Amino acid sequence: MGHRSSIPLYWRLQKSKYNLVGTKCKTCGKLYFPPRQLCSECRRKGEIEDFSFSGKGEIISFTVIRAAPEGFEKYTPYAIALIKLEEGEVISGQIVGDVTKVEEGKKVKSVFRRMHEDGKDGVIFYGVKFQLVG
Amino acid sequence: MKRVAIIGAGQTKFDEHWEKSLRDLSTEAGALALADAKITSKQVDALYIGNMSAGRFVGQEHLGAMAMDNAGLNPKPAVRCEAACASSALAFRQGYMSILSGEHDIVMVGGAEKMTDLKGTGAIATLMGAGDQEWESSIGNTFVGLYALIARAHMKEFGTTREQMAMVSVNNHKNGSLNPLAQFPCEITVEDVLNSTLIADPLRLLDCSPITDGGAALILASEEAAKKLDNPIWVLGTGQASDTLALHDRKSHIEMIATKVAAKKAYEQAGLTSEKIDIAEVHDCFSINEILAIEDLGFCKKGDGGKFVEQGKIARDGEKPINTTGGLKSIGHPVGATGVRQIVDITKQLRGQCGKLQMKGIKNGLALNVGGSGATAVVNILGVD
Repeated sequence: MGHRSSIPLYWRLQKSKYNLVGTKCKTCGKLYFPPRQLCSECRRKGEIEDFSFSGKGEIISFTVIRAAPEGFEKYTPYAIALIKLEEGEVISGQIVGDVTKVEEGKKVKSVFRRMHEDGKDGVIFYGVKFQLVG
Repeated sequence: MKRVAIIGAGQTKFDEHWEKSLRDLSTEAGALALADAKITSKQVDALYIGNMSAGRFVGQEHLGAMAMDNAGLNPKPAVRCEAACASSALAFRQGYMSILSGEHDIVMVGGAEKMTDLKGTGAIATLMGAGDQEWESSIGNTFVGLYALIARAHMKEFGTTREQMAMVSVNNHKNGSLNPLAQFPCEITVEDVLNSTLIADPLRLLDCSPITDGGAALILASEEAAKKLDNPIWVLGTGQASDTLALHDRKSHIEMIATKVAAKKAYEQAGLTSEKIDIAEVHDCFSINEILAIEDLGFCKKGDGGKFVEQGKIARDGEKPINTTGGLKSIGHPVGATGVRQIVDITKQLRGQCGKLQMKGIKNGLALNVGGSGATAVVNILGVD
C-alpha cells in the first residue's frame, strides 16, 4: 500500500481531504485546489491564505476504473472524473453510486466518504467523493 | 556549433524476462551498444542511465553505481535520470549536453526497467508514482485512468472515435509483428481492440502498452571523436519541457503543452519544420496519446489526429510513418528504457539496419518520449549528413 497508508501524510492533508480547503492568493485572487503554498503567478509577491471550496461542480470528463491499484481492488468498478468546481478550479474526484449514470456535464456535490483501508486491521481513511445532483 | 553523434546502439529483447534481473538487462544493453560502436569500454568517459522506479519495482536504488559496477567501468562517473516514462530520453539529453559542455568526449546513455517482479496491482500503483500521489493516486486513479480522462475529453471536443484509437494499436502491431525484439510481435485487428477487456472506459486492454522488462543503450561521441569512427548519426536538435504534475491542474486536457514546447525547441535547433520530418517514434503508452502526439508535434491540425490515423497516413507507406518498428504497444514499454529504445530504432532506420522494417530514402527521424500524463516531454531529432 505504501504512501496511501501513511498516517502522517493523511493527517497533514486532513483539512483539504475532509473539507475541500484549498488556498487563495490574496494578491491576484487565484484559487488553488489542491492547495499550493506558492502562487505560481505572483511568486514572492503572492500572499496565500486558506480558501474553502463549496464542493459544487460539473463533470468535464470521466472514466470507470476496472483494473484498480493495490488497496482499491474491492471497489471496482468505480468512476473517476475531472470536476470543474463552481469557483473555476478543476479537481480529480471519485463519483459515488451507479457508474452507468455518470456523464459529462452532470452536476455534482461533494460528500464525505470512506476512501480505503490499510488492510483488515489498519486505519480507515476518509475523504471527499462526489455525488450526482438531481 | 559543436555537434554530437550517435556511434553505437543496442537493445535487449523486450519481454517478460523472469530469468534476467535489472542489472542483467542494463549490462546487456550497454554491452550491445559498445560492441556496435566498435569501441572499448575504456573509451567511455561517463554513463547516464534512465530508470523510473527501480526502488519500487525491485527495491534497488543507486542505479548509476549499479549499472557502472556491473558494466565493469568503475571508477568513472555515473548518473541516474528520472522523469517517469521519459527517464531515458532525459538521460540521452543529459549525456548529449555533457559532451556539448566539453566535459566528456564519449558517453554511454541508456535506460532499463524491470517491471515484472511485482504483481500487476503493484505495478499499477508504482506507475501511478508518475502522477500526483497526494491528489490523483489517493482517490484510486490509475495511469490508464488518466489517459482515459484525456481520451473522453478529446472524443467530445473533436469527435475522435473509438475506432480511430483502435487503428493506432493496429498500425503499431502491424509494424511490430516484424520486429524480432518486440514483446508482442503479432498483428491485431480493430475488432480485437474493440472486443478486448475494458480497463478504464473508454480504453481497453489493446489500447494499452504492456508491462515489460528490458534495456536499451547508445554511445554518444563528440564530433571530433566520431569522425574517427564509421557511419555516425547526428543529433540535430533536442528539447525538453515541463507541465503540471497532475492532469487536473492543466490549462487543457486535450493537448500536451510540454510536447509542443519541447518540439518547437527541437525543430528550431534542427532547422526543420514538422513537414520535413521523415519518420517519428512517438509515445503510444495508450492509443490516445499517439493521436495527441501527432497533433502536438504539428503533423496535422489540432483535433485531426484521429482522422490522420484513419486515413492511413501513419502507416509505413503513408505520408508520415509513425512507430515504424512497433511502438510501445507492440515492442513493449519498460518505462525507463523506452526513450532510448525509440532513439535506437531511429538510429537503425537511418543506418539502414532495420531488415524487413527498413524505411527507404529517409534522412531524419524524431523521437517523442512523454513522462506521466504529460508533465514531462522530451523531443530529440536525429539525422544523417
